Amino acid sequence: MHEVVIAGIGQTAVGEKWDISLREMAFYALEIGINDAGGLRPQALYLANMLGPALAHQSHMGTLVADFAGLQGIEAFSVEAAGATGGVALRQAYLAVGSGAVDTAIVVGVEKMSDQTVSNVGAAEATLTDSDYEAEQGLTPTGQAALLMRRYIYEYDPPEYAFGGFPVLAHKNGAANKFAMFQKAIRPELYQRAGMVSEPLNMFDVAPAADGAAAVILTRPELLPKQFAHPLVRISGSSVVVDTLALHDRPDPLVFNAARLSAARALEMAGKTKHQIDLFELFDAYSIYAALTLEAVGYAQPGTGWQLTEDGRLELDGELPIMTFGGLKARGNPGGATGLYQAVEAVLQLRGDAGGNQVKNAQTALIQALGGPASTAASHVLESIS
Amino acid sequence: MDIPRHWRLRKQRYGLVGEVCESCNAKVFPPRDICPECGKEAKTLYTFSGHGEVYSYTTVFDAPAGFDETAPYTVAMIKLDEGPLVTAQLTDLENRKVEIGMPVEMVTRKLRNATDERGLLVYGYKFRPVMN
Repeated sequence: MHEVVIAGIGQTAVGEKWDISLREMAFYALEIGINDAGGLRPQALYLANMLGPALAHQSHMGTLVADFAGLQGIEAFSVEAAGATGGVALRQAYLAVGSGAVDTAIVVGVEKMSDQTVSNVGAAEATLTDSDYEAEQGLTPTGQAALLMRRYIYEYDPPEYAFGGFPVLAHKNGAANKFAMFQKAIRPELYQRAGMVSEPLNMFDVAPAADGAAAVILTRPELLPKQFAHPLVRISGSSVVVDTLALHDRPDPLVFNAARLSAARALEMAGKTKHQIDLFELFDAYSIYAALTLEAVGYAQPGTGWQLTEDGRLELDGELPIMTFGGLKARGNPGGATGLYQAVEAVLQLRGDAGGNQVKNAQTALIQALGGPASTAASHVLESIS
Repeated sequence: MDIPRHWRLRKQRYGLVGEVCESCNAKVFPPRDICPECGKEAKTLYTFSGHGEVYSYTTVFDAPAGFDETAPYTVAMIKLDEGPLVTAQLTDLENRKVEIGMPVEMVTRKLRNATDERGLLVYGYKFRPVMN
């Protein structure tokens, strides 16, 4: 594989954006990204979208966005893998550029979750599970997370509010991120008083579905001018792994095996150990998923992932900073775009451009997007080139 | 409209019919044709007893379209006596408190309402506390 670098990044503010359409939002992120890359023109566009056909009545979105951006004549198509969509699309671009088949590729993630009622969004999200055997029983992605959290509590008996450390940290980090949906720290008491969504999951255990778009531009370093506008970031590890689609088909549902394998393979490819990671953008769609991910990747023993939120170990100046711009919980979870927000945020860290969210001397980042309960896991290792 | 999709699943939905692996005797539900235990082909039909216990459960308050009328409802993973886990709603709970490990048995119930004007109702398995 050729060396692949991220030459440009773009993101739009996450939230409920009723005044902006899907295509406009995608175009804003794309335009910001291309400008950031010094006007580099892509030969391929990989469009990351999770539920556009159901929520925006729009399929064929690779063409839609390339067309709207005036890029007729290039290669473009959309990619879908539930919540892992953004990470999987990033891998498509990595493979295309790394193989030499494409010189410059852009990955654009976009999702519009706020146009539909809660009930319609719920029905669309339920199709991300096993439709015949989970959704048809009334199970939803949030229900899956609740089933896992209940079982986790039964097996490991953590203290009450054990998972509250994740949303509290997310909101603390989100407070300085001007692109985040929620830019306000919360007190632990707020978590403890929050209403139930699907018990034992409360409102603060669930990242909010949101609108948003983000983009990254990948190329080979020799194609860039010598005096480039900003430090380059290399993609040194990339892996996508799937597990069973349905939660009930796993020998032990509390083990996120795809998250484990995908992180391990991306790290091995990068020649790094998990202890050489300066920050980890994990997939906190639900606080229980943050705990299960930390256990799967090997940072904690089974049943103890929540303990890492104690003593500041996961904070920006801790031993393993996570959710450095607020994670899914505070930044918001714009479906297919989420994996690309993770990439954009990791690049800001590695460029030293993270402002109030900066992790000191960040050289290496691990990012991981999960589809469902790690039914798909997409991991990438990003490194600053000094 | 999905009529053929639901019709194709009638054995599973109404009879809890899965498969048994002829190589290692593992019982498989939902049917998947490749044995999850040994990786060999598993296509021999096998009817489950419908007995099991609650592995985990939760209540869905914000129901997806089609399930609105029955919300809030309790959805669970059931550990069947023959081994596999299955996702299903719990029903006939009245005021019983659900607990992990609670013995349950399969019953046939309406799963959800029609989501369009043609009025298809979907029936299938749910589980209720074992009647003593």
